[in-house]
Amino acid sequence: MITLKEIIEALNLELLTPGLGLNRGVTAGYASDLLSCVMAGAKKDNIWVTLQSHMNVVAVASLLSLSAVLITEGKRPDPEVVAKAEQEGIVLLATERNNYYAVSRLSGLGIQDEP
Amino acid sequence: MAPDTVPFVNPPSPSNADDPRIGSFPADLHVHTVLSACAEVEMIPPLIVSQALSVGLRLLAVTDHNTGENAAAMVEAARNTGLHVLPGMELQTREEVHLLCLFDEVFPLEAWQEEVFRRLPPLANREDLFGPQWVVDATGEWIRTEERLLAVSADISLEEAVVRVRRLGGLPVPAHVDRPSFSLFANLGLVPPGLAISALEVSRNFRPAEGFIRRPQLRNWPLLASGDAHRLEDLRAVTRFRIVSPCLREIEMALRGQEGRCFEVDWPAR
Repeated sequence: MITLKEIIEALNLELLTPGLGLNRGVTAGYASDLLSCVMAGAKKDNIWVTLQSHMNVVAVASLLSLSAVLITEGKRPDPEVVAKAEQEGIVLLATERNNYYAVSRLSGLGIQDEP
Repeated sequence: MAPDTVPFVNPPSPSNADDPRIGSFPADLHVHTVLSACAEVEMIPPLIVSQALSVGLRLLAVTDHNTGENAAAMVEAARNTGLHVLPGMELQTREEVHLLCLFDEVFPLEAWQEEVFRRLPPLANREDLFGPQWVVDATGEWIRTEERLLAVSADISLEEAVVRVRRLGGLPVPAHVDRPSFSLFANLGLVPPGLAISALEVSRNFRPAEGFIRRPQLRNWPLLASGDAHRLEDLRAVTRFRIVSPCLREIEMALRGQEGRCFEVDWPAR
C-alpha cells in the first residue's frame, strides 16, 4: 500500500500538519466538495481531495478515519482547523493545483476509487 | 452545543403568552426581488407588498443574492400598509452555503453589503445566462442595472459571516438547509460547533415526517419555513411569530421561546 510520505514526494505537496506521522497507508481516493457526499461515500484510509478548507473537513475526515485530506487550489485552512486536524490525527496536505490535477496524479500513482 | 445555540424540543405553547401586547405575525423571511437574477420580473416592491398582504403576511424580509440594494425600496413600498419589511440579504459564503442575513434597519445592511461586495470576485453578470439584476425604486421603476455578478460566492467563511452579521445587530439564518445544493448540510455535512445561530430555514416543501428521517440533525433546531419567493405565488404565510413587535430582538426571543414569545409553522400536507 502506498504511504502518505510517497504521495507527498511524488506530487510535491505542502504538508500542513507537520506534527503527524506519514507512514500511514492510503487504500483509495475520494474527490468531492460536498461534505454530505463525502460522509456517504468516502471510506476508511482513503485520501480525500477537496477545495473545501472548512473546520468540518476535519470533522468528516475524523468521523470516517480517512488517511489524509488534500486541499486544492491554494486554499489554506485557518490555524484552528490545522490545530484540530493535528489533535485528531488527520494529515492535511495542500497544493496550488486543482482537483482535476490532484486526482489525475493520484491515479497515476495507482490510487483508485473504492466503490 | 454552543451557548449561542438552543436545543429545540417543541414550539412553546402560545398559552403562556400572558403579555397582552403579544400578537400574531405571519412571516416570510426569504423573498427575492428583480435584483436577484433568478427572480421573475413581477418581483417589484408594490406587487410583492400587495401579494404579501393578500396571503396574510405581516412581516417579510427582502433577501436578494449577495446584495441589499432593493431593501430600502421594499421598506418604503410597505410603509403604512400593515406589512413590516426587514432589510436583508441572502449571502453565498465561500463554502457555497446560503445564509440569510436579516437586519432591523437599512444602514447596517449597507455596511454589510459593502463588505460583501469587497469579497466578491470581479466578474460581470451575463444576463443571457443568469438573468438581469435590476435596482428599482419603491414603485418598481427601474433605476439601474447591477453589472457585477451576484450569483457567486463571496470570499467569506460561514463562521465569519455569522459573527459579522451578529456584530452589526443582524440575525443570521442558514437558508433552505433541506436542499441538496447551496445548503449548510449538503455542503458542510453538519452544523459547525459554536456557530452563533438560533434557527435554520427549510424550503417551502419541507415535510418534517420525511425531512427528519433524511436529516435527523434537523430535530435539534427551531425550523423556519419560508417561500424563498422568486415569483409572487411563492410567498408563504406558514410561519407565524407570536411577538410584541416585528423586530429581530422579538424574533430571537420567539426562536428561543422566551417570555411568551414563540412561533409555529404550518407544514405542508402530503
